Amino acid sequence: MKTFKIGGVHPAENKLSAASPIREAALPKQAVFSMFQHIGAPAKPVVQKGDEVKVGTLLAEAGSFVSAPIHSSVSGKVTKVDAVLDASGTRRLAVYVDVEGDEWEESIDRSSTLVKQSDRTELDSKAIVEKIKNAGIVGMGGATFPCHVKLSPPPGSKAECVIINAVECEPYLTADHRLMLEHPEEILVGLQLIMKAVDVQKGYIGIENNKPDAIALMTEKAKDYEGIEIVPLKVKYPQGGEKQLIDAVIGRQVPAPPAIPISVGAVVQNVGTAFAIYQAVMKNKPLIDRIITVTGKSVKQPSNLLARLGTPFQQLIDECGGLPEDTGKIIGGGPMMGKALLSLDIPMTKGSSGLLIMNEKEARRVEPQPCICCAKCVSACPMGLEPYLLSKQSKLEDWEGAEKNDVVSCIECGSCQFTCPSHRPLLDMIRLGKLTVMGIIKSRAAK
Amino acid sequence: MNVILIAVCVLGLIGLASAVVLFVVSHKFAVHEDPRIAQVGDVLPQANCGGCGFPGCSGFAAACVKAADEGSLEGKLCPVGGQPVMEQVASILGMTVEIGAPKVAVVRCNGTCENRPRLVEFDGAKSCRVQQMTGMGETGCGYGCLGCGDCVNKCQFDALRMNVETGLPEVDEEKCTACGACSKACPRGIIEIRLKGPKGRRVVVLCNNKDKGAIANKACKASCIGCGKCVKTCEKFEAITLENNLAYIDAEKCKMCRKCEEACPKGAIHGFNFPPKKEKPATTEQQVEQNV
Repeated sequence: MKTFKIGGVHPAENKLSAASPIREAALPKQAVFSMFQHIGAPAKPVVQKGDEVKVGTLLAEAGSFVSAPIHSSVSGKVTKVDAVLDASGTRRLAVYVDVEGDEWEESIDRSSTLVKQSDRTELDSKAIVEKIKNAGIVGMGGATFPCHVKLSPPPGSKAECVIINAVECEPYLTADHRLMLEHPEEILVGLQLIMKAVDVQKGYIGIENNKPDAIALMTEKAKDYEGIEIVPLKVKYPQGGEKQLIDAVIGRQVPAPPAIPISVGAVVQNVGTAFAIYQAVMKNKPLIDRIITVTGKSVKQPSNLLARLGTPFQQLIDECGGLPEDTGKIIGGGPMMGKALLSLDIPMTKGSSGLLIMNEKEARRVEPQPCICCAKCVSACPMGLEPYLLSKQSKLEDWEGAEKNDVVSCIECGSCQFTCPSHRPLLDMIRLGKLTVMGIIKSRAAK
Repeated sequence: MNVILIAVCVLGLIGLASAVVLFVVSHKFAVHEDPRIAQVGDVLPQANCGGCGFPGCSGFAAACVKAADEGSLEGKLCPVGGQPVMEQVASILGMTVEIGAPKVAVVRCNGTCENRPRLVEFDGAKSCRVQQMTGMGETGCGYGCLGCGDCVNKCQFDALRMNVETGLPEVDEEKCTACGACSKACPRGIIEIRLKGPKGRRVVVLCNNKDKGAIANKACKASCIGCGKCVKTCEKFEAITLENNLAYIDAEKCKMCRKCEEACPKGAIHGFNFPPKKEKPATTEQQVEQNV
């Protein structure tokens, strides 16, 4: 069975919510839409205090090409445009909407009938990308890179295949798994749309073999769709990394930055993104909700919720049986790459793939010990870097050295820190080095 | 006997030849360095702190000599050695030098454990810069001291200490040379290199919070909420400005009347090194007027 070649680790899977079907979360009383739900320029609010909005009304337009518009996921009245504490841990601009009823824009098709691509042959590549752009779709795996940018390859590069990332290698998370079981055909149509948008004939869906039911179902359904192949993958973290997935599925390696996946002819999209693209193109539905896994060992009812964007996390936790008493840490995303949250009033955004509640015992970090030079981190690094060295160079502020050793290639997967027998905070320091070196490179380019 | 003689001769000749080569090379490829650079370097403290803005003391010495050749030592200051060292440097270079008033590092945050409750616990790498990347940090204040002591680690002169009770760094004014290393190390720019003031007396806003009043007030008992009361009391001297919901006292314009300190509803303004207050504050007022 296929997998990527360099490094990787095997964290405990803990997919507690794999058997719980997706259910709709209740509407919040107040929804808060951060203007920073994607990578790139923040969105610009186009509504003011007192405006009436419906589900699907445009709240903010894209701030530049690498940016995405934001639509209201609720109907009601805009109460203010002010800062909110978001998952990044800082206060940033947001639109507050007080919810009244649940009235949708008329253009949105809310029926659940499947619209196949053969029903809408008039859609050409440009029209598809335009619809995706206007629907505000971003990468739903967590990186939130605006989707239309990836689907508009820079001149001179040509995509050869589309790879759908259905790996879900993060422990605990099951949102993508449930989505595949409950909406397989929609995902396949979504993939067809992406293939048409970038004009390729070949599409792959990479699924780790810890989800045999999803592999079987998708393989069965894919028979009716030409050019789509389901690729079962051996379980290994971080297979869901874009570069790791390309290596695993088509055996090509993406060179160090500034090379991007398209340089080797691949376009990678998350399975949730494919579903959102289907909804946007075929049903005219902008990105207003997503599936989020609320889980944890002490959570009463680990679930997969279909929740509207802007819902505060507190409400999602309440729907799964409330916050357990022994809570030590609340993480937005999965345990490997997620970020600890400062408060439960933080609203969910387009990138919220999971909400993990760790108990005190799990949450506590072990006191770091000196490096014993075992090089386990070097073996674990899926990018072939030397984490012990990069972390040391960051600590000593040797930015030149860190740049020479390719700190910017780090994908921040956390495999090094996970595997370190001395429990050293390797990724903390490497992330600092990466950020600083990227700043240095940027300022050098500006000169 | 013969063997020994040959050995001595051969080795002697090799030695002689090498000496000639070394002599020629040392003259031919000699790098002419201004002797004054070494002389200036000798009087510098050799702390290599970088506080002057040059790479170490030798870099500063070279810069001084170059500046002297261009006619002025203006803007060159060794913050560690201060006036005595700069006078020595000037005398070597045959120049005069004017030094500004002495400065000192000031930690502009009074968010002690008591004033600013910790809402969450940060358990990552013990570094302010790493903690800064996670956003607000442990408290509700996104501008205050993070308390991991990056500034303390950077201080070459043992002038900064972490106070365990308050969780804030404290400056030892005797030892501080105002080199600015701590100020650069602080990811939130809390530490200001500020005029030490007459007899070390100075009035400072001990807060860096630029949030709106309500948020700042909730985060910390001693925060500046941008109410502007201090600006009004200082209308006469115009020493206080309010920008981004944060008051700032211009040390050069401040007349040390300490009225702003009394006016501040949050106690965010502090006077340093003043004698205990007299019972009649009116006298100080008169003194100030006389001074003006």
